[in-house]
Amino acid sequence: MEVMPKWADVVLIPLISLLLAAILSALVIIGIGEDPIAAVKLMVEGALGSTYGWGYTLYYATNFIFTGLAVSVAFHARLFNIGGEGQAMLGGLGVALVCIYLPWPHWSLALIFASLAGALFGAAWAAIPAYLQARRGSHIVITTIMFNFIAAAVLNYVLVNLMRPKGSMDPASQRFPDAVHLPSFQDMFSTAETALFRGAPVNVTFFVAVLACVAVWLLIWRTRLGYEIRAYGHSETGALYAGISPFRITMIAMLISGGLAGLMAINNVMGEAERLVLNATEGAGFIGIAVALMGRSHPFGVFLAAILFGFLYQGGAELALWTTIPRELIVVIQALVILFTGALDNMVRMPLERLFLWLRKRSG
Amino acid sequence: MDFLTIIQVLDSTIRLATPLLLACLAGLFSERAGIFDIGLEGKMLAAAFFSAAVAAISGSVWLGLLAGIVASLVLAALHGLASITFRGNQLISGVAINFLAAGMTVLIAQDWFKQGGRTPSLLTQGRFGGIELPFAIGPSDAAAYGRPLSELISETNVVQQVYSELISGHSILVYAAFLAVPLTWWILFRTRFGLRLRAVGENPAAVDTAGVSVVGLRYAAVAICGVLCGIAGAYLATALQAGFVKDMTAGRGFIALAALIFAKWRPWHALYACLLFGFLQAVALRYQNIHLGSFVIPVQVMDALPYILTVVILAGFVGKAIPPRAGGEPYVKER
Repeated sequence: MEVMPKWADVVLIPLISLLLAAILSALVIIGIGEDPIAAVKLMVEGALGSTYGWGYTLYYATNFIFTGLAVSVAFHARLFNIGGEGQAMLGGLGVALVCIYLPWPHWSLALIFASLAGALFGAAWAAIPAYLQARRGSHIVITTIMFNFIAAAVLNYVLVNLMRPKGSMDPASQRFPDAVHLPSFQDMFSTAETALFRGAPVNVTFFVAVLACVAVWLLIWRTRLGYEIRAYGHSETGALYAGISPFRITMIAMLISGGLAGLMAINNVMGEAERLVLNATEGAGFIGIAVALMGRSHPFGVFLAAILFGFLYQGGAELALWTTIPRELIVVIQALVILFTGALDNMVRMPLERLFLWLRKRSG
Repeated sequence: MDFLTIIQVLDSTIRLATPLLLACLAGLFSERAGIFDIGLEGKMLAAAFFSAAVAAISGSVWLGLLAGIVASLVLAALHGLASITFRGNQLISGVAINFLAAGMTVLIAQDWFKQGGRTPSLLTQGRFGGIELPFAIGPSDAAAYGRPLSELISETNVVQQVYSELISGHSILVYAAFLAVPLTWWILFRTRFGLRLRAVGENPAAVDTAGVSVVGLRYAAVAICGVLCGIAGAYLATALQAGFVKDMTAGRGFIALAALIFAKWRPWHALYACLLFGFLQAVALRYQNIHLGSFVIPVQVMDALPYILTVVILAGFVGKAIPPRAGGEPYVKER
């Protein structure tokens, strides 16, 4: 018997957790001698008050949609993929190789193949931990953490020794050719009189991210494979009994997860930087964890959570610019969100369940 | 490469292995009791900041150490609350703690010192200095002769070089870390507390049936983990380096985790694993790319080697690493 109605589980608990995280964040801001209300105002102004602000908010959100979906798909199979960061780094390598070493007539073709390459590289980086989990029982959390560090070393080596243009001191690849420049929102939505999204990095990949949300929703809730993934996540023994192969599901779920993380690279590498730099991912792989937890692993929830984190990122940058509050405030908020929506879930859930039981007893 | 160079690399191995060893033993206590802890990194980082901050303000390195341990204990208590009391996901809790420490340390550092998220550099009394063992050649001899220490050491015999350079001259925390290894072994394998702690990580229901508190034991293990991480962090900021800088743990918590798996959750093996990984760090620090004839090992390989080795060990190709059976599972009394 369900103790709580579904809406409480899907909406109420995340909202209370979010509220707790917000209250604690406000206390932190007071603690360092700033005014939380003024800070929120500044963040809203900076992140949502202009098309420029929106341009950055949506740019960050695009990254987080990809990594959030990546973590979500793995969560559905009860696999915790902390390796989104490394998979996104490798995805960046795939995207860069396609953009630099192949001649492209048009950006749309380049986008398709860069997406494939990014997803392929990300999936490949997830494949080894997945295989080790499925066949050798090595804990996927530990192996994916290790693969993040290995990915950083690989990328460092490739950028310093192989892809760096001659004579350049900067550990970064050469610039991508102009032909693969993705249209930004500025290119798409500005008219002759009014320039919208001026200078903001948000670009056409935002729509790819939205498509990815829809695709993941279809996959998880409308296909046999998605059903198998969820069944496996709910009960391994039950899935086995139903003839679902744990090896197959583990591999497929992790490949999709890694592929989605790798796809992020079309936004940050191809869309924004237009060259491959060290630490291009900027921790987006880890934010995917918070986004997936807050979005309850549902694509629509992930979309909303990604927008929220995009807002926090852009707002945090504005705060750092105009006040003495460092950008690391966002890391704290991110930690609190992970803590309350993930680890301390029962702290909110247990009293609520008791409340609903009590209400039911009174009415019944 | 002459003998003294090898000794110097080994000396730096010991210095770099110490924080790994302390964090690794911390994880050993926690995971043997069935609480996975990927928050070692965050606890070390918090301890590093608060030890350096308090040492900088008070001028006492011992107060700094205490503050570091307290900070790490607070995070350990949070981990205990999430994973023991509220039976949450231990891995997610660990991730949250890492981010919490990464953010809060910079935030508070900026608020207190306004130096871009770092503490002021610590002076001599704010740091753990090297201890000169008897008959070793140390800074006091160098001062007495009025000559540089390195010259004096390079002129003596081999035994004295090993003794003075490798064994003597470390801070007290280094010796404490190495003594913690037999102590950990003794506690885990020769005391009643240790037996129960290991049992609670393998089969908590059996411990519960015997009338021993599972929750109490697990909290004790998490607290010990907090203390050890606290010392590790304090060592980083007040002995290895002079002050806190942003993200100064630089993945050491994860290398310690790797060492723990490499050691298959055993204290003596933890020492060997940490020395190995410390050695890799020392070599990577001293030489950038290593030239073996025409073959060059890039420095990135040395950086990645601890992680690669751990994956190989985890894969079970070189002896299988089997974690404590109840690890990661919250204990629910009745079913």
